[in-house]
Amino acid sequence: MTTSPPHHATSAPPGNGQHTGHPAIEFAGVRKDYLSHGEAVPAVKSLDLAIGQGEFFSLLGPSGCGKTTTMRMIAGFEDPTAGKIFLDGKDVTGVAPNKRDVNMVFQSYALFPHLNVLQNVAFGLERKKVAKSEIRRRVGEMLEIVSLTGMEKRQPKEMSGGQQQRVALARALVNHPRALLLDEPLGALDLKLRQQMQVELKRIQREVGITFVYVTHDQGEALTMSDHIAVMNGGLIEQLGSPRAIYERPASRFVAGFIGTSNLIDGRIAWVENGLGVIDLGSGERVLMPVPGTVQPGRDVEVSVRPEKIDLHRTAPHAPGLSVVSGVVSEVVYHGTSTNYTVATTAGSDFVVFDQNAHDAEDVASRGERVFLTWAPQHSYPIGV
Amino acid sequence: MTTTMPAPETTVTPPVPRRRLIRFGGVQLMHLYTWLIIGWLILPILVMILFGFNNPSGRYNQTWQGFTLKWYGQLFALEDLTSALILSLVIAIAASVISAALGTGIGYALGRHRFRGAGGMNLIMFATMSSPELVMGASLLTLFVSLGVGLGPLTITIAHVMFSISFVATVVRARVLTLDRSLEEAAADLGANAWTTFWKVTFPIILPAVFSGFMLAFALSVDDFVVTNFTAGTSVTFPLWIWGATRVGLPPQVNVMGTLIFAAGVLIAVLTSIRSRPRRQTG
Repeated sequence: MTTSPPHHATSAPPGNGQHTGHPAIEFAGVRKDYLSHGEAVPAVKSLDLAIGQGEFFSLLGPSGCGKTTTMRMIAGFEDPTAGKIFLDGKDVTGVAPNKRDVNMVFQSYALFPHLNVLQNVAFGLERKKVAKSEIRRRVGEMLEIVSLTGMEKRQPKEMSGGQQQRVALARALVNHPRALLLDEPLGALDLKLRQQMQVELKRIQREVGITFVYVTHDQGEALTMSDHIAVMNGGLIEQLGSPRAIYERPASRFVAGFIGTSNLIDGRIAWVENGLGVIDLGSGERVLMPVPGTVQPGRDVEVSVRPEKIDLHRTAPHAPGLSVVSGVVSEVVYHGTSTNYTVATTAGSDFVVFDQNAHDAEDVASRGERVFLTWAPQHSYPIGV
Repeated sequence: MTTTMPAPETTVTPPVPRRRLIRFGGVQLMHLYTWLIIGWLILPILVMILFGFNNPSGRYNQTWQGFTLKWYGQLFALEDLTSALILSLVIAIAASVISAALGTGIGYALGRHRFRGAGGMNLIMFATMSSPELVMGASLLTLFVSLGVGLGPLTITIAHVMFSISFVATVVRARVLTLDRSLEEAAADLGANAWTTFWKVTFPIILPAVFSGFMLAFALSVDDFVVTNFTAGTSVTFPLWIWGATRVGLPPQVNVMGTLIFAAGVLIAVLTSIRSRPRRQTG
């Protein structure tokens, strides 16, 4: 892509009109119950959410957390039991899917098997009665963006999974929707292709400047691509924030466990000094952690530490100002770029440590060896304080 | 593991070659069985085709008396037979088109939507497919007579639609049940209303099922005897003419017509499988 057509201006919302100042998508007090054997089972309990214009927004969570239901409510395939949904500031609650200015990329791609690539991509524009020549121009342009030029006459079944994925993307994007909804679109692809498509998707999103709402259970995918992530669990948003915020400062035990690996350790605040809390682990060891000034000593806390923030020492380190925890190595797994240790700490919980293989091979702790773990105070993070 | 295994292993080893022998014999048996079934199915048809080339001296076309092609030349020599065949074809086309149209609607509704009365609909469909033709024919006759409807091609067609429609609906429902729901959602998502979604997406995809339903209805109608016999009045269809002719001897033209109808059916089946083959290979 050397040139970018005018309607692909990255800042303004694409398609029609000027910037309205409204969020692209807004949920206000939305609840969704499903009837199961005559009983109302909540899929989404309470949702208040605003997704900004041109954002790459991910709904992340395990299956059954309500993320797909949330997306289907944006598309209009499900109506909320209570609450309202706004697209670009306009109330669309109860509006039929074919009357909504959003498009979706389905998990199964849902390409029309009896139509070729050109006809698939042109489907939406034909419904809008766009002129034939204009359709041809826009389809050609879109196929170029998704790198499928020259494949217009192919049948979906003659294409690979990755190519079908691009057709599905083109079919949705060619309509210049207010928002593009993607329902686990990379789930069916193999790892290599998935990683490649993650980069591609991000590039395409930048290029067309459309709001992307991305549903996934893959935290790696969400972290890589998103501007903001909503981590959902049990029909509620557990945490909403940037990938870095969610990873570095998980708001709940669930988020800490779901996003990457977290080491959790229980302790009690012994005293607070210059904003640094000294946490007594009950094993005679102490952990340092920044705490808000309002936190009183004597309170029980749960400390979260990411595995890659921890240094592993084979001899007792002289480390003033660092947290030090000792333990015995129970597992060593070599991963090429890093070695992952599992350490049974004296304080009681198992710690996972990712050690970059930057040093010599002899400098590797073995199973059963006594080791010392250190990390800086700012890498301790309290859960739920 | 390995220390405990030897004991059972020694007892297991000897039967292996024997089992292989049995399997070998089994394969032969399967071949024999398959050919037996094929023979069973195709022998009557072969006899029908063969006797279309027979050159009988008397009225009875029942013993082989020499090869001839003259019946193919004199195919339409018997006026009554020809008009009976035409009537059967006209009724079969009308009945199968109507059945396909109505049956597709029913099959789609039953496969796609849950609604009050769906269970009852399924039951009625099964009942019409499983009830004896004799009962259906007799009750249809009673119905038409009591309603004062004159028996003829119209009543035959109504009767044929009545028993064919369930077959079409069943075939279409089965296809709709396996249809990826997100295809229709995708169409709606791209701005198509329900009508456009059905005609642009659903119908083209279920068309093969609609077509097989149509073919099934055609086959059921064109050679139906029992129900037709009750509802025909003075009209004579192809099967009714043959039934009447058996008492005085079947002319070889009947075999020829049967052969041609069979050939047309085979041709359609072959064309259908050729059309669907490339898709299967790449899919």
